[in-house]
Amino acid sequence: MAGPDYDPVEVTPLRADEVARMRTEALVAIAATETVDALKQARLDHAGDRSPLALANREIGALPPQARKQAGRRVGQARRDVAAAIEQRGPLLEERAETSMLVDERVDVSLPYDRDPRGSRHPLTTLQERIADVFVAMGWEVAEGPDVEAEWLNFDALNLGPDHPARTMQDTFWLAPEDAHLVLRTHTSPVQARSLLTRDLPVYVICPGRVFRTDEPDATHSPVFHQVEGLAVDRGLTMAHLKGTLDHFAAAIFGAGITTRFRPSYFPFTEPSAEVDLRCFVCRGISPDVQTCRTCKGEAWIEWGGCGVMNPRVLVACGVDPDVYTGFAFGMGVDRTLMFRNGVADMRDMMEGDVRFSSAFGVDV
Amino acid sequence: MRVPLSWLREYADLPEHVTATEVAARLTALGLKLESVTAHGVEVKGRLVVGRVRSFDIETHSNGKTIRWCEVDVGREHAAEGGGPRGIVCGAANFAVGDLVVVALPGAVLARGMSIGARETYGHVSDGMVCSARELDLGDDASGVIVLPDTTAEPGADAIPLLHLLDEVIELEITPDRSYALSLRGVAREAATGFGVAFHDPAGIPVTPGDGASYPVRVEDEHDCPVFVTRTVTGFDPQAPTPRWLARRVQLAGMRPISLAVDITNYVMLEFGQPIHGYDRAKLTGAISVRRALSGEELRTLDGADRRLDPEDLVIADESGVIGLAGVMGGEATEISATTTDVVIEAAHFAGVPIARTARRLRLASEASRRFERGVDPLLVRAAAQRVADLLVEHGGGRTQPGETVCGSVPAWPPIVLPVDLPTRVCGVGIDADAVASSLRQVGCEVVPQQGQLTVTRPSWRPDLVDPYDLVEEVLRVVGYDQVPSVLPTAPAGRGLTQGQLLRRRIGAVLAGAGFAEVIAYPFVGPADWDRLGLAADDERRRCVLLANPLSEQRPELTTSLAPLLLEVLARNIGRGHSAVALSLTAPVFLPDEGPLCPAPILPVDQAPDSAQLAALDAAVPRQPHRLAVILSGDRELAGWWGEARPVLWADAVAAVRLVAAALGVAIDVERDALMPWHPGRCGSIRLADSLIGHAGELHPRVCRAWDVPARTSYAEVDLDLLIAAAPHRPELPALSAMPVAKEDVALVVDTEVPAAQVEEALRAGAGDLLESLRLFDVYTGEPVPAGKKSLAFSLRFRAPDRTLTEREIAAARDTAVAAAAAATGAVQRT
Repeated sequence: MAGPDYDPVEVTPLRADEVARMRTEALVAIAATETVDALKQARLDHAGDRSPLALANREIGALPPQARKQAGRRVGQARRDVAAAIEQRGPLLEERAETSMLVDERVDVSLPYDRDPRGSRHPLTTLQERIADVFVAMGWEVAEGPDVEAEWLNFDALNLGPDHPARTMQDTFWLAPEDAHLVLRTHTSPVQARSLLTRDLPVYVICPGRVFRTDEPDATHSPVFHQVEGLAVDRGLTMAHLKGTLDHFAAAIFGAGITTRFRPSYFPFTEPSAEVDLRCFVCRGISPDVQTCRTCKGEAWIEWGGCGVMNPRVLVACGVDPDVYTGFAFGMGVDRTLMFRNGVADMRDMMEGDVRFSSAFGVDV
Repeated sequence: MRVPLSWLREYADLPEHVTATEVAARLTALGLKLESVTAHGVEVKGRLVVGRVRSFDIETHSNGKTIRWCEVDVGREHAAEGGGPRGIVCGAANFAVGDLVVVALPGAVLARGMSIGARETYGHVSDGMVCSARELDLGDDASGVIVLPDTTAEPGADAIPLLHLLDEVIELEITPDRSYALSLRGVAREAATGFGVAFHDPAGIPVTPGDGASYPVRVEDEHDCPVFVTRTVTGFDPQAPTPRWLARRVQLAGMRPISLAVDITNYVMLEFGQPIHGYDRAKLTGAISVRRALSGEELRTLDGADRRLDPEDLVIADESGVIGLAGVMGGEATEISATTTDVVIEAAHFAGVPIARTARRLRLASEASRRFERGVDPLLVRAAAQRVADLLVEHGGGRTQPGETVCGSVPAWPPIVLPVDLPTRVCGVGIDADAVASSLRQVGCEVVPQQGQLTVTRPSWRPDLVDPYDLVEEVLRVVGYDQVPSVLPTAPAGRGLTQGQLLRRRIGAVLAGAGFAEVIAYPFVGPADWDRLGLAADDERRRCVLLANPLSEQRPELTTSLAPLLLEVLARNIGRGHSAVALSLTAPVFLPDEGPLCPAPILPVDQAPDSAQLAALDAAVPRQPHRLAVILSGDRELAGWWGEARPVLWADAVAAVRLVAAALGVAIDVERDALMPWHPGRCGSIRLADSLIGHAGELHPRVCRAWDVPARTSYAEVDLDLLIAAAPHRPELPALSAMPVAKEDVALVVDTEVPAAQVEEALRAGAGDLLESLRLFDVYTGEPVPAGKKSLAFSLRFRAPDRTLTEREIAAARDTAVAAAAAATGAVQRT
């Protein structure tokens, strides 16, 4: 009797129902995976070299030639289905894994991060820079001079002769011996003289810097304080230009609409001379706020500095022909300005270097 | 200058209704600046009446105090319950039965809130109080009660007007040019201008000396004492009281009433601005002379101080010697006293300069010297002497002796020529010729117009008016400073901030970003500071510029280093509980040349200095380079949920300098150095090309202890000017290659003492152009590295501009680098 010339037991894996069972088993296992790692294992188990379908595939060669084609197709389809299921499952699980990782990695973002101490600039420095910028924007330049200054430049050249009463008003630090004729500058005005002596006309300069008087430190005095002084010498300058400059300065530092007021005063280096008052930038002098205003103390105006038309005697001492050129100058206390602008109550706070003071300002005023 | 409003009203016809505040506002607008307005006497409330002491019993009480139990008639209206005098207990003893006194009735409130009630004391019910001057704020005198002159008023009269209790005082700040306003006369003139009302000159009194001379005077220096006048009053009653109104005015003007004669001289000085001195004629010996002091002469001045005189001092003398400092203070020997009956009145004019010098040298600023220094109207001497004589006779009896000695005369002063358009050109306000002339006349000038200019003669009381510009200010003052319009000038295009200014700002921002708090500091230091920094006795940083008049004797020097300044600020912060502190300071230091300071010339002011003179000025001013310093202590990184704290290291100070240098684009080198105040093993010198620009590292433990700052505090200080000067204006950019990079790590073993920087430099030089960057990433000591050696691990990155490097090229570059390091430092590559 003629029968099949192969062992029917050996081909059991290639039976249709057996292939279908292996396929289903694989697909169920893949669908059951919950992690990328489990999928990797399922791939090994069901699509790897030792997987049932791979092993079945190896048996195809043992079939009679006429049966190989059908069995090959059956096994091949099953393997492709399994591979597709793995392909599909992979990104899904990866996305799921990332989603859960993002949840797991959640932190308390309100935690402070203050590992590195925060730095700051001194507000007197930044205020001087801010003032300088207002003038630089108008084409002025920033001039500087030394702290220890020749007596002649600090006094004589500025129409403060040896017996001028104003010299005794300024309590000057003299260098020893006194006949060296050197002082710690009592104002930034010697920079005016230096500017006129060394720069080409016209001159428009702003001179911020520290100055010295023999005052014991207290809430409103300091032996070292800061001034900002302006000087313009050109043809045809008048007191009106001085007023215009100071009004612009006031508005730039204190806000639009803040203007200045002049009162007659006396400075040896200017004639006519004026005290400059600033319209109170808090109450603006408007009733009823002005009555209770703590910044101007109900005055509507705040004393800000001194100014005037350059005394021709100063121009002469600095080599400028007063018949051709006129000029004006003004000076303000930077410390005082900071005090009333930013509500600093005690001058010593500005000078003592307590980090809390600078820190309160950060890097700007 | 304190101005009682009632007094001011005598010379200026101020509108009835104006208040002291309104007057002060007008004066301020004219340049006499308001300091304060004070209402006097307003705190006294309730009834203050005149009483006549009917009788009193003297009682001594168990506490040892003696009181007077008085019956005081206070008139019908204010009589005690049931009529009749009031019973009042009084502790004073300076009154007699029949005297008129001032009685505060129950319910009254006196100065300093003292309230009066009918209260039981010393066994009596005191039905009111008899007042002293102090209780009414009429003076400091609390030694006895006020006794009014007998004819003043009837009992029961209101005492407030009799005492001139109510007044308002305007205190003005007088600038040095407006000396005339140190008088009622001067202030009244301005007030009259301010309100456009009539002014009555108190000095416009007739001078009637009669014939002949008064006390003889000889002036040796006509320049400094152009005019000296004497008048004599004899038979004066030294016990005569000062009239209440006069004493009150003197008191409200800020001077202490003393005695009639002294009060009158002060009164006239306040009224006219002319200082007056009175001598007891009985104490004068021979003629008065005005001369310079002789060397060695001494004087006991009125304040009881013995003054050693200088040959520069202008003095008043008689045949006995010096009797007064001219224009400053009289001498005690010839002072008017309680027995003086004959008074010689001095009214003189002195130049400001010698008075100022003497007052300054003797630190003796008096009311007189203050006025002479600034300038007194020289034409007032005769009227002032007359006024004093009149008042002395009126209130103290006696008679003015006929005759007046007038020594010298006041030289005329030249007129000022003012171009009519100058005020307009200077002020930017259109002021026509008529307005210019009338404004000047308003302030007392004589004005003669001629051909576009005005010939102006200033009034005698305005010695400050010298230049045409001085007159411009007067014109603008009268026209009004508020008339000046606001016009913004157009400056030529500027060049912006200089490189140095820009870079200093950049450094400030970079250091703030790196956690440093910028501080400022006083430059004053002293020898103890250098001791605490551990500087040797011959350390050149001890050679300082000295102040002649330091605030503190301990700190007479201007600093040569920022270290003492920052250490002090750091210590203060530590003391205030701050633990992680990083500070930065930018400031000049003061570096004198060796030897004494070379004096700065005092140049003329009528022309500009030439270049040689300017150079001499600059040469005399000591060098003041700007330095940058940082100091750090405690933790550089704080502990937190992220991990541990990282304490400050020596390297943080160096890093700050490197950070700043990098921000400026400047290459610096750090080399081992040993310099106080740094730790000798942890101090680096900062070098810029060939020059030394500063030091950085950890401070010496001794220094930390001496300044009471934490151990390991680190500090750096560099010359900022040199650093900024080295900053390139245009940084050069390297070519950026897109070719692949090759990374090679090498570990080199060298002697511990070999600086890493030296190894790095040799590697860099040996690696050649292919080296893109090099970084030291580890330093290792210990097994298997032999003792005395360390292993430095560098990572090198090679890249060519145009090609991918081959393995051979990379190995060759690495090997030459290592060979160079080996040659330079003895480095051996670890394998």
